[in-house]
Amino acid sequence: MLEMLPPALILVAAAALIGIVRGHLRTAVVLLAPLLTLWLVWQVEDGVAYTVPFLDYQIEPLEGSAVRRLFATIFALMAFVGGLYAYRIAKWYELVAGYAYAAGAVGVSFAGDLITLFIFWEFMALFSTIVVWCGGTPEARAAGIRYVIMHLAGGILLKVGIEGVAVHTGSIDIQPLLASNFDTWLMLIGILINAAAPPVSAWLSDAYPNASASGSVFLSAFTTKTAVLTLILLFPGETMLIYIGLYMVMYGIIYALLENDIRRILAYSIVNQVGFMVTAIGIGTEMALNGAAAHAFAHIVYKALLFMSAGVVVYRTGMNRCTDVGGLFRTMPLTAICGIIGALAISGFPLTSGFTTKTMISQAAADGGLVTVYMLLAAASAGVFLHAGIKFPWFVFFQKDSGLRPKDAPWNMGAAMVIFSVVCILLGVMPELLYQYLPYEVDYVPYKADKVLFYLQLLMFSGLAFFLLLPLMQRTLTISLDTDWFWRVVLFRLSVWLIAVGGKLREQITGILASLGVSLKGLAERLFGAGSDTEKAGAFARATPIGTTAIWIAVLLSAYVLVYYV
Amino acid sequence: MSQQDDHWLVRPSSIKLMWWMFGGVLVGLVLLQLVIKVKGYFGVDGWFGFGAAFGFLACLAMVLVAKGLGYVLKRPEDYYAEDDSNA
Repeated sequence: MLEMLPPALILVAAAALIGIVRGHLRTAVVLLAPLLTLWLVWQVEDGVAYTVPFLDYQIEPLEGSAVRRLFATIFALMAFVGGLYAYRIAKWYELVAGYAYAAGAVGVSFAGDLITLFIFWEFMALFSTIVVWCGGTPEARAAGIRYVIMHLAGGILLKVGIEGVAVHTGSIDIQPLLASNFDTWLMLIGILINAAAPPVSAWLSDAYPNASASGSVFLSAFTTKTAVLTLILLFPGETMLIYIGLYMVMYGIIYALLENDIRRILAYSIVNQVGFMVTAIGIGTEMALNGAAAHAFAHIVYKALLFMSAGVVVYRTGMNRCTDVGGLFRTMPLTAICGIIGALAISGFPLTSGFTTKTMISQAAADGGLVTVYMLLAAASAGVFLHAGIKFPWFVFFQKDSGLRPKDAPWNMGAAMVIFSVVCILLGVMPELLYQYLPYEVDYVPYKADKVLFYLQLLMFSGLAFFLLLPLMQRTLTISLDTDWFWRVVLFRLSVWLIAVGGKLREQITGILASLGVSLKGLAERLFGAGSDTEKAGAFARATPIGTTAIWIAVLLSAYVLVYYV
Repeated sequence: MSQQDDHWLVRPSSIKLMWWMFGGVLVGLVLLQLVIKVKGYFGVDGWFGFGAAFGFLACLAMVLVAKGLGYVLKRPEDYYAEDDSNA
């Protein structure tokens, strides 16, 4: 029946094997499984490969198309480079979780129907949570719990939406929808939660920096980008996404500027970069969707590169904060150079992958006559250089001399960084390598003299602004409040208050009941007595002399006779 | 500063040199617009030095907005931890 194995299953099997085998065999599984997956990804042909009956539905576990293969390719490549980076420092269960997480991402990429999509979606939520927990600190545990609550809630919304669509339209196909009714709205919200869209962007910057040095590399790649792919497949041209995307772009910049934690700066800049893609999906033209897909591909590479560079610093120094490090370029030249290449790529510097992909999105905005969108994206490009492009390498590898002289990256981590550095530059110099695999035919020339000049001016003067405004950007030992404040503080205090009020109420009710009991007991004692003891006995329980009793009976009888005759 | 800090990149003389080079690049990039005509998409973005001015002002605006928001949003690092310990 199965003409072809779904590529995701290779990674699932690899995840299981990593848990079983040891030593060199495990290393072999870690390194070879993603490559085998990559090969299988390229065997997937366009269209639905086969259907499987499931309950009353025909589900399609494997459906190929250009954009699906593109995303699955980068997910498999990411698993390989992430595995290479992680296998000597990560715990075996972190590798298991990481590979299962990657399997979920590849599974979503090829999901031909909403049920398959949902299953792999939840697969990712579960195993990414374990990756967060592998950070091993109490903060990682707490952040992981907040993370999983957010993703399970998002999953529920998505599932209710899918069920609604299935019931109301009778179709579980993955096809372009519009957020026009309750069902599709819920689906859109569920997907946007995974894209770290407002108002719940905070889960990302909360969880990722708390993972281990290798864990945050895995985390940076999959969740938000599968959300981008799903938006491309389900909601292309949904205008509202333009505004959501622009908000994310600006949010990421502002929060990254305020941040001191090295990896949290990078986490905020994920939101910023995904904002570019979401905006492009909102524009929805062929150029824009090509731009979103290409940018997602390039972004996974340079963002993982940045997280790897930061991860080496965290691994070698044990420090997470900009204020604790600085001047590391002296003893960590490879990590610094790879970090700088990643930083230039994220800033969209000419000759890097960021330039050849991000400018497609700007081009799409210009083609659509969207002046404001174009200008905001240009401003954001300058802002990316400011918050990630210079800020990250400057504060980590240069600024003051922290006196730290850590060793450079171990060979495998160095190799992983070099591979992705090469990809960043290769896609910048030879963009056709990527363009030929985009969903639509590419009619775009990235390198025109005037455009390059415009972006060079934009970026270099952002650099000038950075160094002139440095006094305004002093790092402080602070965190920045986000919307999660409403549930981490307001909701928390509300529940504490409710528990306290509830406790007091219970005390009072118990008190009232107790005093009621006491007075009832007193009354009963007065009437019936506290025991058989005659002196303490109550009025009705007292033993009285027989003569008194006879007199009372005589009185009663006389009264009866009197009443009878009167 | 001690001797071991004397990496060529952090010597005051080389920092000074780099500032001059940086300044030269900036001026050069703007002047290059005399040779390469930037067409732009909307007219205004084809103006002389538009990219330079826009990039600088956009960054200035973002830094100032961040600074302003920082007064409202910044909290000590153990802000949430305190809350947890009260529980």
